[in-house]
Amino acid sequence: MPLPVRTETQQGQSPHQTHSGEGAPVHPGSGTRRAKKRRPTEYTENTELQELEIDAKGIRINGKSGKRGHQNSPHLSRKTFRVFRVFRRPILFCLLLILPLASCRQETRVDRATREKILLLGNGAEPKALDPHIVSSVGDSNILRALFEGLVVNHLSDDSIHEPGVAERWEPNADFSEWRFFLRKDAKWSNGDPVTAHDFVYSYHRALHPLTASPYASMLFFLKNGEAFNTGKVQDFDSVGVKAKGDHELVCRLESPAPYFPDVVKHTTWLPVHRGTIEKFGKMTDSYTDWQKPGNHVSNGAFQLTEWRLNAHVKVRRNPHYWDAANVKPNGIDFYPIESPFTEEKAFRNGLIHYSYAFPENLVAKYQAMPDSPLRSETYNGSYFYRCNVTRAPTHHVDFRRALASAIDQETIVKYVTRGGQVPAYGFTPPAEGGYHPPRVIGFDPEKAREFLKRAGYASGKDVPEFTIFFNTLESHRNIAVAIQDMWKKHLGIDKVKIENQEWKVFQQTTQDLRYDVSRAGWIGDYVDPYTFLSIWRTGDSNNYTGWSNPAYDRHLEESALLSDPAARLAKLGEAEAILLDELPILPIYWYTRVYLLHPDVKNWYPTLLDHHPYKHIDLVPSVKGADR
Amino acid sequence: MDTLRYLLSRLAQSLFALFCIITLTFFLARLAPGGPFLDEKKIPEHLVEQMRRNYGFDQPLPVQYAMYLGRLATGDLGPSFGNKGFSVNEIIADSFPVSAALGFCGLVLALTLGIPVGVFAAARRNTIVDYSLMSLVTLGICVPSFVVAPLLGEFFALKLGWFDVALWENSSAWILGSVTLGLYYSTYIARLTRGSMIEVLSQDFIRTAKAKGSPPLAILFKHAFRGGISPVVAFLGPAVAGLIGGSFVVETVFGLPGLGQHLIKAASNRDYWLINGTVSVIAVLILTMNFLVDVLQAWLDPRTRANR
Repeated sequence: MPLPVRTETQQGQSPHQTHSGEGAPVHPGSGTRRAKKRRPTEYTENTELQELEIDAKGIRINGKSGKRGHQNSPHLSRKTFRVFRVFRRPILFCLLLILPLASCRQETRVDRATREKILLLGNGAEPKALDPHIVSSVGDSNILRALFEGLVVNHLSDDSIHEPGVAERWEPNADFSEWRFFLRKDAKWSNGDPVTAHDFVYSYHRALHPLTASPYASMLFFLKNGEAFNTGKVQDFDSVGVKAKGDHELVCRLESPAPYFPDVVKHTTWLPVHRGTIEKFGKMTDSYTDWQKPGNHVSNGAFQLTEWRLNAHVKVRRNPHYWDAANVKPNGIDFYPIESPFTEEKAFRNGLIHYSYAFPENLVAKYQAMPDSPLRSETYNGSYFYRCNVTRAPTHHVDFRRALASAIDQETIVKYVTRGGQVPAYGFTPPAEGGYHPPRVIGFDPEKAREFLKRAGYASGKDVPEFTIFFNTLESHRNIAVAIQDMWKKHLGIDKVKIENQEWKVFQQTTQDLRYDVSRAGWIGDYVDPYTFLSIWRTGDSNNYTGWSNPAYDRHLEESALLSDPAARLAKLGEAEAILLDELPILPIYWYTRVYLLHPDVKNWYPTLLDHHPYKHIDLVPSVKGADR
Repeated sequence: MDTLRYLLSRLAQSLFALFCIITLTFFLARLAPGGPFLDEKKIPEHLVEQMRRNYGFDQPLPVQYAMYLGRLATGDLGPSFGNKGFSVNEIIADSFPVSAALGFCGLVLALTLGIPVGVFAAARRNTIVDYSLMSLVTLGICVPSFVVAPLLGEFFALKLGWFDVALWENSSAWILGSVTLGLYYSTYIARLTRGSMIEVLSQDFIRTAKAKGSPPLAILFKHAFRGGISPVVAFLGPAVAGLIGGSFVVETVFGLPGLGQHLIKAASNRDYWLINGTVSVIAVLILTMNFLVDVLQAWLDPRTRANR
């Protein structure tokens, strides 16, 4: 017993063992040697015991190295240092690696990219595909618009101006039901092949073909018999309203008149694909072949695909065959799929990207306070709202929905909850949508809300049965739901509102199966026209999900399509929206804004309603601050 | 002969476990509500039907399961719905090296940091040094990596400019990712090492070693260390799997294209084949590691050998 006690005190007394302790696993023998040399006198009495080399269990515990350690041991402190050095080597190595990195920090990645005219863009999620007939998300279409060029393209700063793309000019017939597009003769694919009207017909055939199962095929239902062909009611593609008249004229016959048709064809589903490439890697209707990989991908836009690594980057570079190649300003674009807005914000601050796709709302105030802030906050073509299930109590009662809508203080939500400059929504369609303004039917009015509640048959909010607000799991949705829950309690006295988050796919299922009371929703317009918003509330529309249906509403929309006078048409759509806002199958909350960071080196980047920025015009010029450096 | 038999039986166990995991994953993924073709903007019913046919989902589930096993036998993990045009094989081949690099560097850091701290704390049991080290370790366990990672990024990348704060290519952000992972696992390793070292140090053979006058450091490293490290070795199996497959947070914070992102996104996208593929890869990893660990432990601990 005394021996262990002594050993412990020895340990306690020796501060140098800290280092030798670390070093020892590598050189087990050295520890013994050191300790031995240090207090030779203390150990001499133990030597005899150690000589036995046998422990209680009869296993050798003291090998040769230990023995040798007794005999010749160098000085402890020097040895300790040497052992420690073994560990310093990787540290030094790491530092050597880091130093050059640290020293070349003067020129950031963004500075270099500006010099080389490569645009570095954050792009949200990883693209699902780079095939215009397969994808639908905003991030995917951002890349597609760099790679492909449609008939009509977006203007640099104004979405209502139609810029010629592959089509040099176009003309409608008298009632806007037939459109003729005259294609430029010098348009080329990135492999040098000419772009012809036949390419467009082939592309629309592919996108509408039932076997392709293109998720966004409905964008092409504008074409006569487009829907019938897609659903298989019509087998012959010749009956679909799209024809090539020679190589350079494309004729589109529409299902019903659409004066805003040039807006529609700007959508990515209307982009052409290269027949030879598609069929080299599979059938026309194959939706996932290798054609979209770098090296195989052929496109007709200002840029061509050069690299694609999942979750890392998509890189596009100049397409030398592009008809307007001389006027394409950037040499290339790197798209980075950074899903976390916090990471994006840091990457921006670190000089890794020119543009952040998203921005964390809790940093808005901090960035707004900066001089020359890179923060941009712009009106966007989208609406944030709640769906109400009109097929079950309590939301089936129109007055109850009116009460709920009138008790939502949207001003407070955008000011204190979302904080990104969002606009309180007094209607569903965002204002200024092609000159359209939604009618003012409802608004925040607690007095009126209580009145509606009484009319719905509830003497007080306490009598309202329990119901639930559903939303997909995301902190910002929760914050809004909590705020609204509180407003309904405060203004209406309803205390049995539950909030429930569900994982994305489960949430979609709940909503689409009408197993909810109130459900969060967002709708981004596909093109600039109120119709892209109002059409989803038609009876039986596949995106309705509320159970709401109103014959007068449907009739107004149908009639609007037949009006060739734009003003009369918008007025008609306004009448429809007035019905929607009176019956309220939806509770409008706010209109979206795009909040993002943009580097001052990026020129010609203007706020647009659709958030499309024609990349060929975007210039990169070192800003004054960069030049000083 | 005995050793060979033991190894073979362990191998058979591992393969059976793998089969169970693959089967369970297949059916659990299918039982989850929602599906791969469900989105906010509804895809028309007839197109969903066509997509299901394109992927063979119109067949009864047992038939699909049999087809899946058949494909698996040829090494084909199937296509991904979330990343169209990419096969699950391609995705794993692309992302696994990233996760492996992250995980390996993290593991090296975890071991070089965790073991010495644990051994040292055990040697100084119940002293102020031990208490302060263990408090630090506990703190490290409690602070999640989604807090540590941004802090490391903020300090080493944005303040000192030593590393990039995100992105993979020609970028140094992955070093910070490795450090985050390594720090986290080093805390577990430190605790494990300390605990088992203390246990070993209180055993008879250590007392005998002390009695015959072995120097304390020799006792610590020659006699106690080999036994004391055993639980750490056992922990290596799940740790390696966790480091490689479970680095989702680190990958998200530093924007790295690893396996963890695919694993999580596959689950939320209901990307069935990608779910099965990534889970199988991680299962194979865990089973392999556990197998190796068993062998290693037999070598480290004579008693395991004796019992066999």
